[in-house]
Amino acid sequence: MPTQNDFVLSVEDLAVSFDGFKAVDDLTFYVDKNEILVIIGPNGAGKTTVLDLICGRTKAIAGSIKFHGEELTAKTEHEIVRAGVGRKFQNPSIYETLTVFENLEISYPRGRSVFGALFFRTDAAVRERIAEVAEMIFLEDCLSMRAEYLSHGQKQWLEIGMLLIQDPDLLMLDEPVAGMSVGERVKTAELLNRIIRDRSVLVIEHDMKFVEDIAHKVIVLHQGKIISQGAMAKVKADPKVVEVYLGH
Amino acid sequence: MSKTLFASRGNLVGLLLLAVLLLVVFPLVFDIFRLNLVGKYLTYAFVALGLVLCWGNAGILSLGQGVFFGLGGYCMAMFLKLEASSPENTKIQSTPGIPDFMDWNQVTALPWFWEPFHSLSFSLVAVVVVPALFAFVIGLAMFKRRVGGVYFAIITQAIAAILTILIVGQQGYTGGINGITDLRTLKGWDIRTDHAKLILYFINGGLLLGALLLAQFVQQTKLGRLLVAMRDKEDRVRFSGYDVSSFRIFVFCFAAGLAAIGGAMFTLQVGFMSSSFIGIVPSIEMVIYCAVGGRSSLIGAVYGTLLINFGRSLLSESFPQLWQFAMGGLFIAIVMVFPDGLAGLYQTYAAPLIARRFRSGRGGGRIAAASTGSRVH
Repeated sequence: MPTQNDFVLSVEDLAVSFDGFKAVDDLTFYVDKNEILVIIGPNGAGKTTVLDLICGRTKAIAGSIKFHGEELTAKTEHEIVRAGVGRKFQNPSIYETLTVFENLEISYPRGRSVFGALFFRTDAAVRERIAEVAEMIFLEDCLSMRAEYLSHGQKQWLEIGMLLIQDPDLLMLDEPVAGMSVGERVKTAELLNRIIRDRSVLVIEHDMKFVEDIAHKVIVLHQGKIISQGAMAKVKADPKVVEVYLGH
Repeated sequence: MSKTLFASRGNLVGLLLLAVLLLVVFPLVFDIFRLNLVGKYLTYAFVALGLVLCWGNAGILSLGQGVFFGLGGYCMAMFLKLEASSPENTKIQSTPGIPDFMDWNQVTALPWFWEPFHSLSFSLVAVVVVPALFAFVIGLAMFKRRVGGVYFAIITQAIAAILTILIVGQQGYTGGINGITDLRTLKGWDIRTDHAKLILYFINGGLLLGALLLAQFVQQTKLGRLLVAMRDKEDRVRFSGYDVSSFRIFVFCFAAGLAAIGGAMFTLQVGFMSSSFIGIVPSIEMVIYCAVGGRSSLIGAVYGTLLINFGRSLLSESFPQLWQFAMGGLFIAIVMVFPDGLAGLYQTYAAPLIARRFRSGRGGGRIAAASTGSRVH
């Protein structure tokens, strides 16, 4: 069945409800190749739920999520990751007791089966890739440091690095600059603009300055529905958006 | 980041010390009666080793390890019982050639599931495979549904209770509450003599050290690190593309296989196997051995097992009633005061002293590994 769209991700008529409350309702959007799409919206708008749905953590009650034309809603979390979708959590989710090197090593996409992991060897190719990613996330000097001693911003970068090492086609980031200093935000924007060359990125963010810096396209969610979408300038001028989100 | 088979030099020294203690010191110090007792204790250490990986590292608390210990022991006992029940030995029975307890229970033919246990090679394979398969089925049913924590512990305990009831109830096929007793020879070799007991002690000790090495190997592979990682950050591991449940099933089966080898060695050294080693109480005791040793230290688990069992022997010989209270008190003390058990005490007090004395390189590897493994939640 030939699909004429070449979207990386197509979300169509997606819905989910928790105890009758529709957290996401009839949601349709598309992510293009090499695009940074940012989802904004007030608290409780269903932004994180959308990411949960795409990565398989929450099951949809209706609608479809197609990734490169492949249906994701029936897959388990690890299958979705293996298909090429990476997810960063809101709070940095890294292995605190392991070193930065080990954090990246454990995320390296080889030896993912039980016996694969049992006989996994850290060879030159793995080291090289780890060094490459570490440089990209500004942590090349911290490889032997235990992850718990990193600053909050560095932890965020490390988690992004743990996704990058898997070379996903779609990267989903939940508030990547929350709690970061101004300097770190600038670097993160630079990082995202650099990694976009090979992949698409879906970002949830509250920081409007940051959104303006990175977004190719913005979607505004409110009560589980899209109330506006398009370029940042257009969305910012939308009276509905001003009323529910930006106006305060 | 060079990794050898042993996590560090400190570990290698610890392993050698243990080997010397088990294979040289104990045989020299103890008479054959005591040595046989130590051998019996060491069979529990197999279970404790499995629990270190399963509970200490992977965070899966199983309160039913006695099931696997028992199944392994029963597989061995079935072979030995069949050999002891030759038609000549049992000619006074109404049906000669079947185990005595079957005859007492009016069973007139050997049940089908006993038949393959005429073969020693089948029995030896079954010792490991039957419990591991059982663990696989339990693991598949539980972990695929993401049952964990307390619920998993309760279910394993229920399985231990059910299996005990089943074995006791099916007296004619299992020997019931008495178990399978009066085991005599292994391929014609009398296992009841002092000489045989000595040889079995060494086989057991060797197997235990082998099991320790194997567990240590697993612990330092990527799989070992993943087990700890999924205990602390399950979602992160899942969203790095790993099927968390299959890793849990693996470690549960691995622990079951180790426990089963212990059970088989128990049968050989003690000369019988009964349902009293399967139930809830022994299963919980095995968890205590592991906790006392320090739940994420493999070598600690062996010492923990020995300490508790020596303590039991000493105390219960002089004050039989006191032992249960002492054991309960010890467990509470360990949980509240020394959550990392003997290994934790060693790391805190002895290791710095030794390091200062020798100043031999950096023993950081082991300390780091121990503290990685000892995060409690």
